[in-house]
Amino acid sequence: MALLLWLPVLGPALLAALLTWRHRHPYTHVVPVLAGLLVLGCGIALVARRQVVASWVLRADATASYVLLCVGAVAVVALWGGLSARATGGRMDALVCTFLAAMSLAVLSDNLGVMWVAVEATTIATAFLVGHAGNRGATEAAWKYVVLGSVGVAIAFLGIVLLYASTGASPTLSWVTLTSGGMTLSPHLARAGIALAVLGFATKAGLAPMHSWLPDAHSQAPAPVSGLMSGVLLSVAMYAILRVEAVSSATIGVGLVHGLLIAGGLLSLAVASLLTLTQRDYKRLLAYSSIEHMGVIALGVGSGTTLGLVAALLHILGHGLVKAAMFVVAGRLRNITGTSRIARVSGLLSTRPDLGRQLLAGSAALLGFPPHLTFFTEVAVLLALVQAGLWWAAAAAGVLLLVAFVGISRHVLRMTLGSPAPHHLPPEHPVVDDPPSSGRSAPVALALLSSAVLGLLAIPMAPVLEAAAAALGVRP
Amino acid sequence: MYTTLTSGLVTTAAGVLLLTAVLQSWRRSAAGAVRLLVAQGLALAVLVAALGAAHGAAELLWVAVLVAVVKAGVLPWALSRTATGRLVDRDTATRPALGVLGATVLAMFAYAVADPLRGADQTAAGRALPAAVALVLIGFWILLTRHAAVIQLVGFVVLDNGIAMVAFLTSNGLPLTVELGATLDVLLVVVILRALTSRMRDTHGGTSVGDLSELRD
Repeated sequence: MALLLWLPVLGPALLAALLTWRHRHPYTHVVPVLAGLLVLGCGIALVARRQVVASWVLRADATASYVLLCVGAVAVVALWGGLSARATGGRMDALVCTFLAAMSLAVLSDNLGVMWVAVEATTIATAFLVGHAGNRGATEAAWKYVVLGSVGVAIAFLGIVLLYASTGASPTLSWVTLTSGGMTLSPHLARAGIALAVLGFATKAGLAPMHSWLPDAHSQAPAPVSGLMSGVLLSVAMYAILRVEAVSSATIGVGLVHGLLIAGGLLSLAVASLLTLTQRDYKRLLAYSSIEHMGVIALGVGSGTTLGLVAALLHILGHGLVKAAMFVVAGRLRNITGTSRIARVSGLLSTRPDLGRQLLAGSAALLGFPPHLTFFTEVAVLLALVQAGLWWAAAAAGVLLLVAFVGISRHVLRMTLGSPAPHHLPPEHPVVDDPPSSGRSAPVALALLSSAVLGLLAIPMAPVLEAAAAALGVRP
Repeated sequence: MYTTLTSGLVTTAAGVLLLTAVLQSWRRSAAGAVRLLVAQGLALAVLVAALGAAHGAAELLWVAVLVAVVKAGVLPWALSRTATGRLVDRDTATRPALGVLGATVLAMFAYAVADPLRGADQTAAGRALPAAVALVLIGFWILLTRHAAVIQLVGFVVLDNGIAMVAFLTSNGLPLTVELGATLDVLLVVVILRALTSRMRDTHGGTSVGDLSELRD
């Protein structure tokens, strides 16, 4: 069944090549959605097979299959929802397909070096998508994104180089071999290598204090791309950290990695929640919310318990779906208002009830209202921290989540409720006609519905998540 | 086995790499900093070839050729290519003394931290490892302290050269697939950032990274 491994990598890559060749074709914008469906289909098939599939440097265990499914699901929501908002042309669609191929490769590679190459390739594929608008802000965001992203990931590369050197006489970067338990690593090199790899990938995952590029990049990119980057690229970087953590667990112990993740997670929650209070731009607000959610995932993994890991994995899906939907809504909002300033949008429920309702419902899911997935996972992460004896971290995280709750709900309520105020200021961006359309509301509704229903479906979800946690070496 | 010749070559190449990086930490002329990359790339290629000879690994000679072509040829070429044909950017905001001081302190620091990493390795490769770590740190230093966009790119390449040097000195380089993928990635990042530099000239009227201050909270 090696086909299921190669298809999500080569399929989008071939579609990208096709789009570069025929970039003037009128239907190019549908192709990325097809690529997303392809990745989703392969993810579902791999999860359903429940077997490890391996071929050359690729390998899908339960964790990889599950994360591939998340990538596909988020991609479908973001790209379908963004369909007609993009007058971007075939070349941009080709970059989106390349981006998807790179993410699939990062998730499915067994070799840590190949995983690194793929993570770096995601930066390359998205560089011009971030800078797409071509104005001052977009150029600045793209520059910071590529420099900080590449430098951060270069630190991870140094870490992987040292890890490779630490394997001594029979050098290997294969994750399976490294986690098999039979490896004796040279301790100094391995410790330095693992710490650097975690720090490097944490930059890409947007964990504070290496997060400064994230709000810029995610607010300047076109909405569907922001949805993909916020919803799932950050999680792919987090997945890379999970792989490194498993190597650490099998060789030199996980104290160091977990310490880094707890510290980074709490700091991310603090930075993000405090900045949501004073935020003036709604796309940046969503970006800070992504930093907050990455903090929650880092805390879950850092707790070192099965509950925390399972919650973190589930949070990847719950947050990804909702964040992709929210960026779709934010993109449409910017189309019709010509601004991304919070202060210049109000009374959406009466002026554009369709978008107002989606914004309100999406924010509720983002803030962790039951029955959404994020509710269950956030509570589970706090419980996991208490289980691990880190009650002070759980308390701090709980308070910070409440601060973010206040920050985000304050802005969203202002935008949706309230009386629509007449605006005399000229729009900052060209206003695009974006009438209510059931075709484009469908993916948003679907994502929010899945987020609300999946939390209650313990039967199909639990075995998948337990298998994914077990594949990383944690026994329930 | 290391002979006098291969040991000497490894040590000399490491010395040239470190020296060029220190020079780059304070050179004001972007064109000058890019030219130094050529010397750095050639020194890295010599280092790889010497390691190949010492370990009797013929494939490292091919890698050395690849390193020479990419690091001493393609990368500096991509960096110095401009619309007008000549790179005239200068970094006038930088104080050379600060650059040299920073690079010196970092080089000393590198000798302190590299010792536990090299373990019992007393060969020429082990003795050159601190220089590689210093190269990584000086690359960061250039990225942190320099304002001209092109010189920041030079810092990124120095950082990457340092990582490549660590890889070759500690384990004769990574597996070929990873090595090729990583080389391609770095090349593309540099090309993309170079393109963004040109766009920055259009949108911001200059290529000083200090001018990038529009997006903040």
